[in-house]
Amino acid sequence: MKNQIWQIRKMESTISTSLLIRGGRVIDPANNLDKVADVLVVDGKIAAVKPNINFEAHYEYNAAGKLVTPGLIDMHVHLREPGQEAKEDFLSGSKAAVAGGFTTVATMPNTSPTVDNAALVRAMVKRAEEVGIVNIKIIGAVTKGRHGQELAEMRDMIDAGAVAFSDDGSFDDNAKIFLNALDYLHDTGKVIICHEEETSLVKDGVMNEGKRSALLGLKGRPTVAEDIAVARDVLLAEYTGGRVHVAHISSARAVEIVRDAKKRGVKVTAEVTPQHLTMTDEFVNPADTSTKINPPLRTQKDCDAMLAGLLDGTIDAIVTDHSPHAPEEKDREYIYAPSGFPGLETSVGVLFTELYHKGKIDLKTLISKMTAEPAKIFGLDAGTLSIDAPADITIIDPELEWTVDAKNFYTKGTHSPFIGRELKGRVIATIVHGNLMKLNQW
Amino acid sequence: MEKNSVSISGKSVVGMKDFSSDEIRLVLNTARKFKQVIRGGEKKLPNLRGKAIVNLFYEPSTRTRTSFELAGKYLGADVVSITSGTSSIVKGESLRDTLRTIEAMGVDAIVMRHKSEGAADFATKAVKPIIINAGDGAHAHPSQALLDLFTIEQAKGRLAGLKVVIVGDILHSRVARSDVYAMTKMGMEVHFAGFKTMLPRFFEFDGVTVHESLEEAIENADVINVLRIQLERQQAGLFPSTREYARVFGINEERLRLAKDDVLILHPGPQNKGLEISSEVTYCANSAIHDQVQNGVAIRMALLDLTLNGGTKK
Repeated sequence: MKNQIWQIRKMESTISTSLLIRGGRVIDPANNLDKVADVLVVDGKIAAVKPNINFEAHYEYNAAGKLVTPGLIDMHVHLREPGQEAKEDFLSGSKAAVAGGFTTVATMPNTSPTVDNAALVRAMVKRAEEVGIVNIKIIGAVTKGRHGQELAEMRDMIDAGAVAFSDDGSFDDNAKIFLNALDYLHDTGKVIICHEEETSLVKDGVMNEGKRSALLGLKGRPTVAEDIAVARDVLLAEYTGGRVHVAHISSARAVEIVRDAKKRGVKVTAEVTPQHLTMTDEFVNPADTSTKINPPLRTQKDCDAMLAGLLDGTIDAIVTDHSPHAPEEKDREYIYAPSGFPGLETSVGVLFTELYHKGKIDLKTLISKMTAEPAKIFGLDAGTLSIDAPADITIIDPELEWTVDAKNFYTKGTHSPFIGRELKGRVIATIVHGNLMKLNQW
Repeated sequence: MEKNSVSISGKSVVGMKDFSSDEIRLVLNTARKFKQVIRGGEKKLPNLRGKAIVNLFYEPSTRTRTSFELAGKYLGADVVSITSGTSSIVKGESLRDTLRTIEAMGVDAIVMRHKSEGAADFATKAVKPIIINAGDGAHAHPSQALLDLFTIEQAKGRLAGLKVVIVGDILHSRVARSDVYAMTKMGMEVHFAGFKTMLPRFFEFDGVTVHESLEEAIENADVINVLRIQLERQQAGLFPSTREYARVFGINEERLRLAKDDVLILHPGPQNKGLEISSEVTYCANSAIHDQVQNGVAIRMALLDLTLNGGTKK
């Protein structure tokens, strides 16, 4: 039934189709564009972006008062295929992406089995094409089984279509293996996305180590674990000339380390999540596992540093780290519940409510961190409304007020700390390769 | 003046954080009454006749479980104890389902011990019976804090203004975290002392001082609460040897001289003699460790009676 909620206009290659998006405020950071204009899509490609386009399109969409942006890119999601379909699959994850305005997502390899070889990458690429709702990019593992012992066959995986590599979920403690991975990938230009928490310091930890963990008795995951990991990886990137991308950065000190490294010309980039930008460990309630994430929610000082890093360019991208779990997995004791919650459907709402409407960030910067910047890190032909670019477009109503309700989620994940939150700003239409998927549930 | 308006009838006991000083006072006064009952000959009261209580213990426990079990039985309730080794928990049943199963059998209260912080609070949201937290991870152990207060008041005749030092593995201690709330609410001055490896980093609480030196902490203490040192903490690298722990942080007669002459010694048990506490101290005149056990039954009777029955006589 949920399939009927949006209308998918399947484009058939033999028939020329066109779509004209009228009168929206077009924000395309890659082209330094922010003005009211029409966007014309012909045969799945951007044909024109200018005011008052005179064209008889097959379909017109009135976007007056709305924002028209390049399709949002989330370079860090967990769509859980293969093997963990009780948590999420490519279909449910794609629907969640559409609902959240994401036209391209990159899914992590910490699955069962681990996506650590070309056969699996090829199978996942094929599966993504079959589902065909949004662009799903495949991230391969750096080491076999993500065990941090032996390099995975990354060059085979590149040939099979992997866009980047990551052992996300764990930090690669073995510095020599990680150094080898950077050297091995050096000439390919591919980036390694690093989960930055030194393992021994976060063992058994379930929340930020701070005043709140001290009172609750929950075991801590200290910021210094992240700082050490980021420092090591930045130094190895500098030493090898390799590319490191810091996943879900959350510690103020780690942001400083990345900032300094960028000044020295180290090839390091970083991403941050809406939750690490806007929530602190004060939200942690040991009777509710929805706040259990890795790295954990930190302090206000850290949130402030995330925002500063985003604004000064230290942090390049905003990602959701969409990590759904089956309801029964999250509905249990805090120390036993798995980490993570689904974020695709709440990202835009949270960012608009907590950052844009509070005057903390301008739209161009915000959209850039979700379009042009992640496209650049992965080298994707996406994230822009340039002529002839794939017509991946997101339409946002910045003023639409709504309340987050798990009943309306397309993801299979049910636990999110944003549930019940009143938000302002919502995606109302998502266009992938010219296919308009209008969200008409409200 | 008797405050008749105070009642904890129907209230779940998750942590001392949720208790006002008046509510604590009510429990202590009620426990005093029940202590006389325990000491008297006839220990079968009718107060909770027709009530059913389940002790749901996911962690091993002798004294707390037996204490709650006897407290319920002395009050006339039917009490059943479930331990994780002998139940469907080992078959993989979730906590929510286990709680719902027990609820469906018609119980009035569930006394629960669990390894995870927040488990008792989770239970209050999952099912309707009254939940009494008998320990959730390193978070809370409210009946222990109440029996500590009760024991101190019985010995000292008062609570307000006393200096209490809690010594040992504060980091992993639900007793310390419950004592902090209970004791500060009753106007006591609380001090923590331990190796820095066993102190919670960033601990901040009004009325609590944290010390890395035992000698500095116990100066002029009225009460010393000695926490159990679990032997696996040594394997985890928090201190190098039991010998060195005992030498630097063990409570012995020599160290007691730094405290007040009438310093009261508490220990939640079970003790590691010769590690955190010496035999001489355990059995000395100032030790109330043995009294704590009996007081524990009285406190648990008070909690069960007040929450399940409103404390009214039948």
